[in-house]
Parts: sequence; C-alpha cells; structure tokens
Amino acid sequence: MSASVGTRVLICMGTSGLAAGADRVLETFIRELARRNDEKTVQKKIIFKSVGDRGIFRDTLVDVLETGRERIRYDRITPGKVSRIVEEHLLGGIPVADYLAGDIYEKFFRGQSRRVLANCGEIDPESLDEYIENGGYEGLNRILNELCPDEVTEIIKESGIRGRGGAGFPTGLKWAFAAKKDSPEKYIICNADEGDPGAFMDRSVLEGDPFAVLEGMSIAGYATGASQGYVYVRAEYPLAIQRLKKAIETAYDRKYLGPDIMERGFSFDISIREGAGAFVCGEETSLIRSIEGERGMPRPRPPYPANKGLFGKPTVINNVETLANIPIIIRHGSDYFQTVGKERSTGTKVFALAGKVKNTGLVEVPMGTTIREVIFGPGGGMLSPRSGFKAVQMGGPSGGCLPMDCLDTSIDYESITETGAIMGSGGMIVMDESTCMVDIARYFIGFTASESCGKCPPCREGLTKMLHILDSIVEGKGSRSDITELERLALLIKKTALCGLGNTAPNPVLTTLKYFPEEYNIHVTEKRCPAHVCPALIKYRIMKENCSKCGLCRKACPVNAIQWERGNYATIDLKKCIQCRSCIEVCDFSAIE
Amino acid sequence: MPETASHQLVNLSDMRVEIKKIIRGYQGEEGILIKIIQDIQSMFDHVPEKAVDILCNEMDLDPVRIYGILTFYGQFRLSPPGKHTMTVCQGTACHVMGSKKISEYVERKLSTSPGSTTSDGLFTLEKVACMGCCGIAPVVVVDHEIRGHQSIGEVDHLMKEIRERERD
Ligand SMILES: Cc1cc2nc3c(=O)[nH]c(=O)nc-3n(C[C@H](O)[C@H](O)[C@H](O)COP(=O)(O)O)c2cc1C
Ligand code: FES
Repeated sequence: MSASVGTRVLICMGTSGLAAGADRVLETFIRELARRNDEKTVQKKIIFKSVGDRGIFRDTLVDVLETGRERIRYDRITPGKVSRIVEEHLLGGIPVADYLAGDIYEKFFRGQSRRVLANCGEIDPESLDEYIENGGYEGLNRILNELCPDEVTEIIKESGIRGRGGAGFPTGLKWAFAAKKDSPEKYIICNADEGDPGAFMDRSVLEGDPFAVLEGMSIAGYATGASQGYVYVRAEYPLAIQRLKKAIETAYDRKYLGPDIMERGFSFDISIREGAGAFVCGEETSLIRSIEGERGMPRPRPPYPANKGLFGKPTVINNVETLANIPIIIRHGSDYFQTVGKERSTGTKVFALAGKVKNTGLVEVPMGTTIREVIFGPGGGMLSPRSGFKAVQMGGPSGGCLPMDCLDTSIDYESITETGAIMGSGGMIVMDESTCMVDIARYFIGFTASESCGKCPPCREGLTKMLHILDSIVEGKGSRSDITELERLALLIKKTALCGLGNTAPNPVLTTLKYFPEEYNIHVTEKRCPAHVCPALIKYRIMKENCSKCGLCRKACPVNAIQWERGNYATIDLKKCIQCRSCIEVCDFSAIE
Repeated sequence: MPETASHQLVNLSDMRVEIKKIIRGYQGEEGILIKIIQDIQSMFDHVPEKAVDILCNEMDLDPVRIYGILTFYGQFRLSPPGKHTMTVCQGTACHVMGSKKISEYVERKLSTSPGSTTSDGLFTLEKVACMGCCGIAPVVVVDHEIRGHQSIGEVDHLMKEIRERERD
C-alpha cells in the first residue's frame, strides 16, 4: 500500500457492506466532514475509500489508517456512530473504544493465510493503479517480457494448482491440452456462475479485486494461444457485473486488454456474458452452450472443452478463484505457491462459512487445514451456546453433510472426497442440533430435481422419484423400505446420469444416510422429527413439565396463536397456529413438541 | 442499454425500432441471442410476446428456439411483474437459518407463489437460489435491495409499509 500522508478511511462496500447500509455510512462521513469545513479538518487530509467486502459479515466495516499510527478497525458502524468517529478519532486523534471491532474480528483474520483475498477490502476495486501498486500486472508483464507460452504453462503445472471450481482438475494440464491444439481460434472462459447456494467467494473476488481475474485470464490466454476471453457471471450478482465491466473498460483504456498489450505483441479481449438463472450452466459443457446462445444442456465428455469447446474451438474453462491464483503464482513463482498446502493439494483455498456459526464470512486457509480448525478458529465456534455442532455441509448440492467424527478431516481434495462430500467450490454450511438431516437431504434433492435440465432420464426421473420418497418421509408417511429404495435410486443415478449434476446430486442423501441413519429411522418408525423441523411431525403442544412460564414463545409468535400470562404455562391455539416453528426456535427449554 | 420505461413502449413500431437497435448493437458477435433477450427483458421488465415475434422476424429465427430459451432459464418472465418484487432466498445457508418459514409466511400472506403476482398487482414473488450474502442469512430481497437477518416479523412490517405507502 502506498504510504501517502494523511488519513485514509476504508469502507467496505461490496454487496454485503451495501446490504448493511455502508453507502449511508459513507455519505454521513462526507457530510459530517463538510459540516466542519474548517482549517483543522482540511489539514488532516482525510480520504475516503470504498473497498470490496473483506469477508467477514459484521455489517459496515470501517478502517482508519494514519501514517505512523496503528491501524484502527471498527465494525457494525451505522450512520448514527459516524459523528463520534469524526469528532473523537479523525479530528481528535483518539479512537472510539466503544466501536472497535475487537477480539472476534481479530481472531477471524488471525487464523487465515490471505493470498487470493489479499486485496479484498484493502484496495479500491475500480482503481487499476491501486491494483498495480499491490503487485498487479507484474505477472503478465513478466511473462510477456521473459517467458514463452510453454514456460508459463510449465510454471502453472509445477505449482500443482488444481481447479477451485469443483472437480479439482490440474490447471496446468488443462492449459497444456488446449495449448497443444493447433487452432487459429481458442477461448478462455472464466466460470463465475457460482451456482452452489451457500458459496460467495467468487462474488467477493469479482467485487473486491476484479483486475486479478482479468490478469489471470490474460495469462491463460498467452499460455494457450487464445485471444478471446469470456466471463460467464450469474445475473444474481449485479455489483460484481458492474465492477467487472468497469475494470474491463479501464483495462482497455490503459492497454492491459485489446491489441498489442504492453506493446509486446500479445492481444487479448474479454467480454462478459450474464447467466440467466440455471444451476446446470455452472457445468462446463452447459455453460459453453449458454454462451453460444442456446439452452444450457450438458453433453457427454469427451471431447473435453480443451479439445472442442466454445464454438467448437479449444477452450480453457477455469473458475474465478483458480484464475485469481494465477497472477500470484506467476509473480512469486511455483515454489512460493507450494509453501502452503499438501503434496497433492497445494496452495490455499477460500471457504464460505455460513449457517449456525458465530463468524460468517470468507476464510482463506492453507489446504490441509482441518475442518475443525476452520469452524472453531476463524469461525469462532457455534452460534448458540444452547445448540451444539451437528454437521457441516461441504460442496453444496454435489457435496455432503459431515458429522462431528469427520471434523478432523484434512481439507484436501482426496480426504474430503473420501468422506462422501466434495471440496466443491468451498461452501461450508454449519448446522446445529436444530437442523434436521432428512429435511436438508430433501432440500438438496428438491433443488437439483428442479434444476435438472431434463436431458437424461436418471437425473430427470430419478431425482423426482427420490424427492417423492423424501417428501413422504418428512410428512410422516415413510416406511423402512422407502429408505432402502432411496439408497438404491441414489446409487443408480450416481452411476448413470449424463453430467456432473446428476452424478453428484445423490451425495447429500448418501452422506446423510451414512452418517445420520438414526434420524431417518426415527422419521419412519416413530414418525418423529428429533430436530423439530418437519412441520407434519410436530404437534405444537406445550409440555408443561419443561415450560418455565417465561413467555418468550408468545413474543415470537407472528400470528398471536400463543396465550401466556405471567406465572402461567403457555398454551397454543392450534386454529391460529401456522406451524412456522418460531416458538420452537426461541424456547430455551425444549418445551414445545 | 437504452433506459426506456415499459409503459412508454406500447407502440409496436417503437418496439420494433428498439429491438432492432439492440440487435444492431451486437452485430458481428457470436452466440448473442440470450444477451439480446436479456436486454429486451430489462427494457420491458418482461419478454412480451410481440417482442418475440419481432425478434424472430428480424433475426430469421423459429419462435420455438426463443421460447426454448425463455422457458429454460429462470431469469425470464413472460408477463409483466407487479409493482414490487420480493424474493426470499432459498439457498442452503438461508434454508438452514430458517428461510422456509419466512417464504411460507409470505406466500400465505400474499396468497401467491414464487413466479406469480398478487391479484392487486402490487407484489411479484420471485425465486432465487442464493444472493451470495449467505453470512447474513436469512436474506430477503425487496425491489433489488438486499436485507439480511430477516424474520417473519420484519418481513411482515415491510410488506405493511409498502402497502401503506402505495395507498397514499
Ligand atoms: C452441476 C455443476 C455445476 C457447476 N457449477 C460450477 C460453478 O458454479 N462454478 C465453477 O467454477 N464450476 C462449476 N462447476 C465445475 C465446472 O464444470 C468446471 O469443472 C470448472 O468450472 C472448471 O474450472 P476449474 O478447473 O478452475 O475448477 C460445476 C459442475 C457441475 C457438474
Ligand atoms: S443462501 Fe441465501 S444468500 Fe446465500
């Protein structure tokens, strides 16, 4: 970071910052300063900078950097808190102790190795100069001046980096396949479809450090002999699209894209294609069809895209995080990349931590870190002291739910796959005892069944059939034979489906059957949902022996279906009750069944 | 993208002019059909039948091809949305944090289902698989504004507020 004189105030304004009102915080800062437009204020040379999300969800984050002084971090800043920061800290020189981010925040970052995320929340994502000041485009500059394409691919191979988008295929190898093909036209595609509902690292990188992705694509273009790149980004990420567009425009203006980049004779173009709301389009062959302007139907591989991809031409398709790693590898060398990680899983991986965990956000750790270290380190442990850890979902709809026993699994492609889950894109959703595993399995099958493109029968018909069975189980109409049938179907679909969507869709069912068989059994034999989630299996009855007469449930009920007076047991009016479970969730004494 | 409000473009010949403009803007680019349809949707808030006819005419395409795309991708709407759009995120993190009870409540309250509009035309419920803000689950999006840590109470309050604002 450049050592400019004065005070810099960084405000995180990615999608999550903006959702918390970061724009209003920035406005208030500017207004407050303008109001005090006196000699002292001007002398302080205060600069406000909007940066991307830093990766922790603690509403609006504001950092104050002053030359020669320790960096001060504030979290959960609202417009109402701004005037004290301006008065006491920016002008008075004394940080506002009441608003300091504190220990939890520090702990969240302390346990990480931030490489891909290094710029996120630190630089102005729209400023090419700041990107360059922080080492940006050193990589592209180096290869254009010093290396031939094959040498670049060799470095990527040596680094051992594997795809961060799901399958974990060695990136260098993929590039080599495409480079070998003799074709006047080749393409680089950045897969920014981020389809796993629960993952948000790609969004944060695109919003917080878009030039890194552009540089990664350009390097891939040089190495493979491609001159056109596409970023396929999901339409649900409007801010990412906006930042990306801006970055592409700037890169063209400054000759980092277009003809004769850096005057070294290499030309590369990048266009954006917006997804249109189809999960299957994250799968590479579907994605390619979608860019071609068709329905996003997958096709069997081989031929792999590296041989026959977009418009029938050799195509390299890589995930956002994979591409964001590329400039780092070129800049610092493949050895540096391998200083962290494991032998067959080198480098770092970004995880999107969400669910019933204290600190939610993006955690970048070396491969080989254990799941426990992520959840109980940066994650800070479970959200509620009342409800213990039950499972962690990894890999999204293609992944699985892992129990306590798997917490010490090392995070690398092979170890995670062994458990029945997959590394996937790095979604990590923590579940506590109030989560029903059958409901979660049903949720995922509902998702994949509705996202199945319908091309192959195992996926189209099979998933629907699994969904029907799961529906009957959660409704209390299931039997033991349903569980057997569920497993049979799951294995069959896994073997016979056409593409990755169908091949992996049964994983959430298979892992919950493997690790939580008792929960299925209780649903079908006792017609009970131990986590009190499945609506049809809840009686909505107050158990007097547990009720502490506290009245919390009455407050929680959105439709006033609960009667309670001080000193009395609560009662539920079943005619009014809409079975929303709000009362069950707030009850500290498990008094509602 | 030309910023024209949908109601200003009821006229067919205007519509033709605008669509031709969109097509021309992408001349020479390959595989651009979806992008053109996306632009049409952002211009009219939905993809009107007439626009499909015009597009087929101008690009010499079979309507089946266009409807194939329109029905495949979740983003496209064939009828105009209500005045306000509302989405309860259905992603995994939101599900685990209790979004289902919110979406069920909203559906009951508005007597409509995702993809449909209330009979008074005030709300359209939409479906989304994840907004990428999973750390503040459950997430509700109202008129493109993302709101985190939502509860039935908050969403209820919001719907009331919008109704009252519209009544004035
Ligand atoms: C159903 C399905 C959905 C996928 N969704 C994504 C996605 O959203 N983002 C992504 O990068 N890869 C996704 N993939 C993996 C891609 O097919 C492909 O392997 C990846 O983009 C390659 O990039 P990488 O080698 O850099 O990981 C998906 C695969 C399947 C089968
Ligand atoms: S799961 Fe709802 S925002 Fe991601």
